[in-house]
Amino acid sequence: MASSSTATADTARRGGTVPVSGPSRPRRRQRSPWVPWAYLLPAFAVYAAFLLYPLVRSAQLSLYEWDGLTLGTFVGFQNYAEVLTNPDLRGSFGHTLVLIGFYAVLPVLLGLPLAGLLTRAKARGLAFFRTVVFLPQVVAMVVVAVAWRRIYDPDGPLNDVLRAVGLDSLARGWLGDYTLALPAVGLIGTWVQLGLVTVLLMAGMSRIPTERYEAARLDGAGPVREFFAVTLPAVRGEVAVALTLTIIAALKTFDLIYVTTAGGPGNSTAVPSYEVYRRAFKLGEVGSAAAVAIVLTVLIFAISLVVNRIADREEK
Amino acid sequence: MISRGERAANYLILFAFATFAIWPVLTILAAALGPDDSAAAAAAPGAGLLGLHPENFAAAWRQGRFGQSMLTSVAVSAFVVACATVLSVMSGYAFGTMTFRGRNVLFYLFLLGIMVPAEAIVVPLYFDLRTLGLTDTFWAIALPQVAQSIAFGTFWMRAYFRASSVSLAEAARLDGAGSWAILWRILVPIGRPAVTTLVVLTFMWTWNEFLIPLVMATSEELRTAPLGLAFFQGQYTSGFTLLAAGAVIVAAPVVILYVFLQRRFIQGMLEGAVRE
Repeated sequence: MASSSTATADTARRGGTVPVSGPSRPRRRQRSPWVPWAYLLPAFAVYAAFLLYPLVRSAQLSLYEWDGLTLGTFVGFQNYAEVLTNPDLRGSFGHTLVLIGFYAVLPVLLGLPLAGLLTRAKARGLAFFRTVVFLPQVVAMVVVAVAWRRIYDPDGPLNDVLRAVGLDSLARGWLGDYTLALPAVGLIGTWVQLGLVTVLLMAGMSRIPTERYEAARLDGAGPVREFFAVTLPAVRGEVAVALTLTIIAALKTFDLIYVTTAGGPGNSTAVPSYEVYRRAFKLGEVGSAAAVAIVLTVLIFAISLVVNRIADREEK
Repeated sequence: MISRGERAANYLILFAFATFAIWPVLTILAAALGPDDSAAAAAAPGAGLLGLHPENFAAAWRQGRFGQSMLTSVAVSAFVVACATVLSVMSGYAFGTMTFRGRNVLFYLFLLGIMVPAEAIVVPLYFDLRTLGLTDTFWAIALPQVAQSIAFGTFWMRAYFRASSVSLAEAARLDGAGSWAILWRILVPIGRPAVTTLVVLTFMWTWNEFLIPLVMATSEELRTAPLGLAFFQGQYTSGFTLLAAGAVIVAAPVVILYVFLQRRFIQGMLEGAVRE
C-alpha cells in the first residue's frame, strides 16, 4: 500500500516537472514539420468526428424545437429558458442536488475519519481491505442496480432484516415510495463511491511525513486534534479530487436510474441524464434534450474548474 | 503506541466497512448459486451440488441469451481497446515528445473530451448516424467509445512520454532509428505498465458502458452484455435466481481482471483522476 502510493505520487510529480525534452532540439537532423501531425491525425480524426462534432451539433440542436422526424423550427434560447421554468426539468436538477449529497458529501464525510483511522491503525490486511472496498467501482452499474433492486425489494434482504429485529412497520417497497425512492437510490451511490473516496484519502494520508504527527503529539494533541490540525489540511487536494469525481458521477447517473426506477414513482427520481434520454428518444423533444445535455456538460466543466481552483488556492 | 482497545475497535470498524462494501455482492452471488426460485423450477427442485446450483448459470445463459450479448461485448471491447490504445499511443507520443505549432491548444481540445459526458453527444450522434443509415450497426456502438477513450488515452500516454527516458530515445536516434521505430521498439516496450493500465481502464469503461449501446443498438443481435441484463430483468419476473446468475455473468470479466490486476485498476483510476 505505502510503496505503491509513493510511486504514484512520484510519477505524478515527475510528469509535471520534466521540461519539454530532447527530440526537438535543433542540432540534430531536421525532422519534417509534418511528422507530429502524422502521429496526431488518426486519433484526432476519430475524436473530432465522434466527439467534438456531436458536441457542437448538440449545442446547435438545443436552439431548435425538433421532434426528430419533421423539419425543426429555430427557437433561440427557449429550450434553455424551459430548463429553468419547466417544473419537471427543474425538479430533475433538484434531484441531482440530493444525489450529490449522497454521492459526494456523505462519502467524503465518512471517508475522512475512516481513512484517518485506517492509516493510523496500520492494521494487517489493509491491502486486501482496499481491494474489497474498491470493488463497487469496477462492477457494471447495471449489475449494481440489479443487486440493489433486490435488496430494496418488498420481500428483499433489507426488509427481512427489519422484520427480524421487530421493525415491521418500516418494511416497505423502498424504490416504489415517493419520498424514499430518491434517498434509496442515493444510498446506492454512497455505496459505490465510499470505497473510492476512502482509498484516495488513504493514499494522501500515507504521504504525510510522520514528523508532523510527532510534532503535534509533543504539543499535546490528542487523536482528534491531530486529525484536524495535521491530517485534514494535508489531504485538501485529495478531498478536492474526491469531490470532483463523485459530483460528476452524481451528475452522470443514468444506468442506475434506468434500471432501478426509470425515474419513478411519478417523477420522483428523474435526473437530468435520464431526462436527456427520455426527451430525445421517448417524447420526441430533441431540442429540449440537447439543451439539458448542454447544461449538464457546462455544469460538469464548471464544477471541475471551481473545485480544483479552490484546492489550488488553498494549497499555496 | 496504539492501545489494545483501540486496535480492536479499528478492526471492528474495518470489518464493518468491508461488510457494507461486500454485502450486495454476496447477496447476488448467494442468490445465483441458490436453488432456482422461479415458479417453473420450484415445482421440481433439483438436488444441486453440495447445496450449490451452478446449473443456474447455464439456465441464465440460455434464457437471457447471454451467448449473443457477451459475444457482442467481447467484439466491441476488443475493437475499442485496440483502436483507442494504438491511436492514443501515437497522439500521446506527439504531444509528449515533439514541439509544433498549436500543440497546447490542441491538447486542451483533447482534455475537453475527458469531461464531456456521453449524454452530450449521444443525441446528435443518433440522429446524424440515422441519416447515414448507420444506427444499429457495430460501428455506431464502437466508434463513439473509441473517441471517448482517445481523450483519456492521449492525456494518459502524454504523461508517460513526458516522463520517459530521453537519453535512451536519443541513443537510438544516433543509431539511425526513426521516430516510428523509437516509439514501438523502445518507448512502448519500456512503458508496458502505463500501456497496461490504459488497456485495463479502457476495457472496463467499454464493457460497462450502457447509454451508447442502449441508444444505438435496436436489434437484439447488437445488444451488449449490460444491455442484455437490463432487458433480461424486464422480461424475467418470476424469480430472482436466474437474474442474479445473469448479473454475475455480466460482471465476471471485469471483476476477474480486477482480481489479478487490482493495483493497475486502483492506481490508474486514482492517478488519472488526480491529473484531470
